[in-house]
Amino acid sequence: MEARFELGAEALARLMPMHLALDGAGRILSAGGTLARLIGGMDGAAFGDLFDLRHGAPVGSVSALLRVGGGKVQLEVRGRPDLAFRGLAVPMGPGEGALVNLSFGIGVVEAVRRFALTEADFAPTDLTVELLYLYEAKTAVLEELRALNVRLQGDKVVAEEQAVTDALTGLRNRRGLDLAVEAVTEPDFALVHLDLDRFKAVNDGLGHAAGDHVLLVVARILSEESRRGDTVARIGGDEFVLLMPGMDRAEPALARIARIIDRLSEPIPYGDAVCRIGASAGLILSAQVPGADVAQMLAHADAALYAAKRAGRGRVLLWRPDMAGE
Amino acid sequence: MNGLINRAIQCFLRDGWGMAAWLDAARAAGVAPRGFEPMLDYPPEVTARLLQAASDRLDRSADDLLEDLGTYLVSHPSRAAVRRLLRFGGTDFREFLQSLEDLPARARLALPDLALPAMRLEPVGGDEFRLTIAPGFAGAGAVALGLLRAMADDYGALAVLEAGTEASDGAAEGAAVLTIRLLDADHAEGRAFTLGAV
Repeated sequence: MEARFELGAEALARLMPMHLALDGAGRILSAGGTLARLIGGMDGAAFGDLFDLRHGAPVGSVSALLRVGGGKVQLEVRGRPDLAFRGLAVPMGPGEGALVNLSFGIGVVEAVRRFALTEADFAPTDLTVELLYLYEAKTAVLEELRALNVRLQGDKVVAEEQAVTDALTGLRNRRGLDLAVEAVTEPDFALVHLDLDRFKAVNDGLGHAAGDHVLLVVARILSEESRRGDTVARIGGDEFVLLMPGMDRAEPALARIARIIDRLSEPIPYGDAVCRIGASAGLILSAQVPGADVAQMLAHADAALYAAKRAGRGRVLLWRPDMAGE
Repeated sequence: MNGLINRAIQCFLRDGWGMAAWLDAARAAGVAPRGFEPMLDYPPEVTARLLQAASDRLDRSADDLLEDLGTYLVSHPSRAAVRRLLRFGGTDFREFLQSLEDLPARARLALPDLALPAMRLEPVGGDEFRLTIAPGFAGAGAVALGLLRAMADDYGALAVLEAGTEASDGAAEGAAVLTIRLLDADHAEGRAFTLGAV
């Protein structure tokens, strides 16, 4: 004979604030305080009138309830699909009654908020409060991590921008130029290597601040003369490279660069002084050297620049194969 | 996970004494003005340097500052999450005190890297307790003093807390000891706490 214990309704309510005690006919004999607060009018009501098995099946008899999955039940309050429970039903004597203990399951976080439940609504052995603690702690940690990610992402964007930017002029640097060349999708483009004339005289005669001023003016002119899609890079002290996607003919490119050289040859005031520089440039079109890589094209542009300097500066020359060896 | 602690000190200086106080202390401690990321780790000596710099800048002893930091963690609106997580420890101040021994485990559940000192609470007579905080966390006693005073207020309890002397109480060397006398658990209304506020 299995041992049997006597337990008062009040003790049962303290032990299980979400229980239902049913008699053999399925009438509710007692309900835990938490459950009673959520669902009114339960005393003496028929269990089957208030609850359905989840997914719509009506509750049959008490003995059927005890048979469902060995007493493991999923219930919802009729007409209140927001009030769903999982629970365990066990036989309870005398007679053919049942004791059903319910819990919110995973819906507990939402239920606590919606029904303003407190510690007193849960048995001290119930881990719901710990679950809520954990939920809140993890939410706080996640918030911090999310904020950290946003800050790091911002830093990354800035760092990436800095990594491709010349700090003095704000033009692209060598790395920025390389990336821009890689990103060119059009088969035809022009590469210009431009070098300032008489820049050293400015630096030596008026000082580095004057030199920096001149570089900033040059950068502004180059930017003003560039078109959408062009890249202007400063790759050395007074060396610049222009990347012009879409350029398939030499004449318009040469005309644009000549205009730039004209503007760069205008006197640049600096305080009471005037800086007089100029520029020489070498041009190469991708169409001239099908299949060549950027390093080769830059070397060709450099050779054309060198030829322009030798021819008397202040001019732009298109690369020709016979310049290659110079 | 000392970024969390460093960040708390940063916010405490900023919220309590103003941006200039934080920037001065950061400069003196060799910390970037932007400060700390709570979820990252920093060399342990940075915390001590920062506290020393803040103590110099504000002309207050390090213990005074740390006690205020403890109070700040519970009572300042910008630290609401800390206060709420602490309130999960119990429904009244006595229960909360008893939950302190679980605090390191609770902290680890939230953040596995967050190390807090082990604590032991012993009753000394009916409403008097002695809290021993294990060594290894410099300043933990002062922080705990401010934090527990603020928590007593939060629960509406009237309690007298004092830093005890270490060696005479038989505690391990370097351990911090606090005595807590709970005069009235329901002295005042206390601040509201609901389970499902987040």
